[in-house]
Amino acid sequence: MSTWRRLHVKVQTTRGLLTSRPVTQRHTWLKGHVLLCQSLSTCTPLRNDFFKDLEAQLAAMRKKAVDALPGSSWSALEINPNLPPERADIVIVGGGVVGWSIAYWLKQKERVRGEVKVVVVEKDMTYSQASTVLSAGGIRQQFSLPENIHLSMASADFMRNINEHLSVLHEDPVDLQFNQSGYLFLASEDVAHIMETNYSTQRDAGAKVALLSPTQLKEKFPWINTNGVALASYGLENEGWFDPWTLLNAFRRKAISMGVIQCCGEVTDFKHTTNMVMTADGEHLGLRRIHSVKVQMSNSLEYQPVECAIVVNAAGAFSGKLAEMLGIGLGPKDTIAGIPVPVEPRKRYIYVFHCPDGPGLDTPFLIDYSGVYFRREGLGGNYIAGTSPEEAEEPDTSNLEVDHQFFEDKIWPYLANRVPAFEKLKVTSAWAGFYDYNTFDQNGIIGIHPMVNNMYFATGFSGHGLQQSPAVGRAVAELILDGGFKTLDLNGLSFRRIMAEEPMLERNIV
Amino acid sequence: MSAPFMSLRRCCQRSALLIVTRRPRSSSSVSPSHPPPLHTRLLLSLTQRFYDVEMLLSWRSQWRRKGIRKKNAYYGYTQRFYGSDLAAAYYVLNMKGAFRFVGQTEWYCPDKRGKFNWDFLNHRDTQLEEVNMNYTLINYTGLVNLEEQRSLRTLSVRGCSEVDDWFLARLHVLQDSLEELDISHCPHITTGGLAALRNLKGLRRLDVSSLPGISSPGLVIILLEEMLPQCQITATGYDLSLR
Repeated sequence: MSTWRRLHVKVQTTRGLLTSRPVTQRHTWLKGHVLLCQSLSTCTPLRNDFFKDLEAQLAAMRKKAVDALPGSSWSALEINPNLPPERADIVIVGGGVVGWSIAYWLKQKERVRGEVKVVVVEKDMTYSQASTVLSAGGIRQQFSLPENIHLSMASADFMRNINEHLSVLHEDPVDLQFNQSGYLFLASEDVAHIMETNYSTQRDAGAKVALLSPTQLKEKFPWINTNGVALASYGLENEGWFDPWTLLNAFRRKAISMGVIQCCGEVTDFKHTTNMVMTADGEHLGLRRIHSVKVQMSNSLEYQPVECAIVVNAAGAFSGKLAEMLGIGLGPKDTIAGIPVPVEPRKRYIYVFHCPDGPGLDTPFLIDYSGVYFRREGLGGNYIAGTSPEEAEEPDTSNLEVDHQFFEDKIWPYLANRVPAFEKLKVTSAWAGFYDYNTFDQNGIIGIHPMVNNMYFATGFSGHGLQQSPAVGRAVAELILDGGFKTLDLNGLSFRRIMAEEPMLERNIV
Repeated sequence: MSAPFMSLRRCCQRSALLIVTRRPRSSSSVSPSHPPPLHTRLLLSLTQRFYDVEMLLSWRSQWRRKGIRKKNAYYGYTQRFYGSDLAAAYYVLNMKGAFRFVGQTEWYCPDKRGKFNWDFLNHRDTQLEEVNMNYTLINYTGLVNLEEQRSLRTLSVRGCSEVDDWFLARLHVLQDSLEELDISHCPHITTGGLAALRNLKGLRRLDVSSLPGISSPGLVIILLEEMLPQCQITATGYDLSLR
């Protein structure tokens, strides 16, 4: 025990000696080299610097080695990640509600996960000129063509169960803000018989519509002036208006979650081969087949040719221009090659106004026989109105500027005539948008073009593309994947009627 | 608990939190200061990594929806053999609702376990006058069983989670007879659906209390009163104070 204690004391003394040595050293140096000691202790000694640099360099080398090994995402070539893939099965040109609806339904109908590779190309991600977001957002079944009625009814069914179709796991449910207010069409004496035939067509197709006489109309809506109204057609169910941006984003979110690739770029060219054939009439026809689509990146000279099997033209107001790139319509007149795709942009204005004494919550989407329409917007006494101008007075489509004089000349008089409360109103805002106007018969074109073997068209809806988009998407997906229409027979809306020059006129175009 | 299990649990918690924070949340109902519970976070991280988990979860929601659809199916067989009124009565009892026939004072309702008295079969071709479907799973498609009831005066769908705006729009089939409607506490009704009540011109009493889907309840109630001038509207359970 005493030996341990002696050892312990010895250790303590040696430790004391060790610690005191620098003190003694400083004491001995104190007389001479004090300054030297002080200057050396402020800056870092050179030997430590070298080791720290070495550490940093070794870390950088390690990082470079890890990057070069397979499994890391670094590559020596700087590849633009926004380019579309080099190969795809189906390229959908146009990222509006029709384009994304087709993309969603293609993915929904595929039998094996990853069966079709779909790319949606949209040239403007801000959607500043797209018809989808600039529309009034109404949906109605009151058409004169049975195909249109069925398309709208199917779309209303889709929207009723929208969360069954478009809900993504762990994301918020879709809320379309659907106003179930119905459409009200007013007819004067001379067009009342057309309205009656339309009513029987709509009833046969299953739409819930009711006809009202002027007295019934006045009883139901006391704020209407029924002068000149002979008959009114009122939608009871599945009609109203909703938020188009929500629908577009719901389709887009679901389609991307199912594997559709989104690309921001503009389609400027097609690479196609032409097969010259002789028709029975002795006419030379150039049947084209698209091999790749040239997608140009925005504000850049970069482009990517996307090899594809099928191209879908859902470009809306710009579909005619896209078809011209393939040479459709540039042949001699009176031949099949000379018939262009009859879709062109037409500018339409929408004005927002405020009227404090206007009609209340029960305001339907009212469409007068003069063509003027209005609907309620929100709960604060705001309304949205517009009309289709005459053929001769179509506004210029090079920009989206609003002509405010148009409201004063062409809309306000009819509005004030129909609803006396609207004599006192104040226009708060206005915007303009394009209709993808089908100059032939104002109805949609769905199907393959006879001259281009693998281009499907879903365009020309002339103002009712948004309300028919879910059903049109399903129809085009059936055409592509199943080879024919399965749920709705839309053969009447194909290119045949344009080639044969048999228009299927829709009489209830607003 | 053993040490390796604890460390595994901690590791899972940390990685789950990382995954949750990396995903951009559009607009979560849970505020960032209250993260979802552990099992939800774990499930979320598994769903993002494995297709199988995603598929199983989507099956779960599809199964639930299929159950609701089956309950609200069209009682075509019953209609063919017993008539549409008894089919409607049977539908109401199956959904655990209650009803009263025209001209009678007795209510037919199932007990807590869902068993009910089959005496209502004795009254063939008697229409229903009052239907109480509070806290049931009735939805838009289920209304097809009640469409033929042209003497239905009272309908109460308080607290039904499947009643939404489209259901209200379909009520126009009862527009001539319906006098009293109770749609309080239904979570999926919004202002757009209340606009659909304009068709029910015979409505005398309407209860729209505590609807969480309406954004500005005070204004909506005033607009409803203007739209239905002869109707007495009850709207309690809203905080109408000026903020």
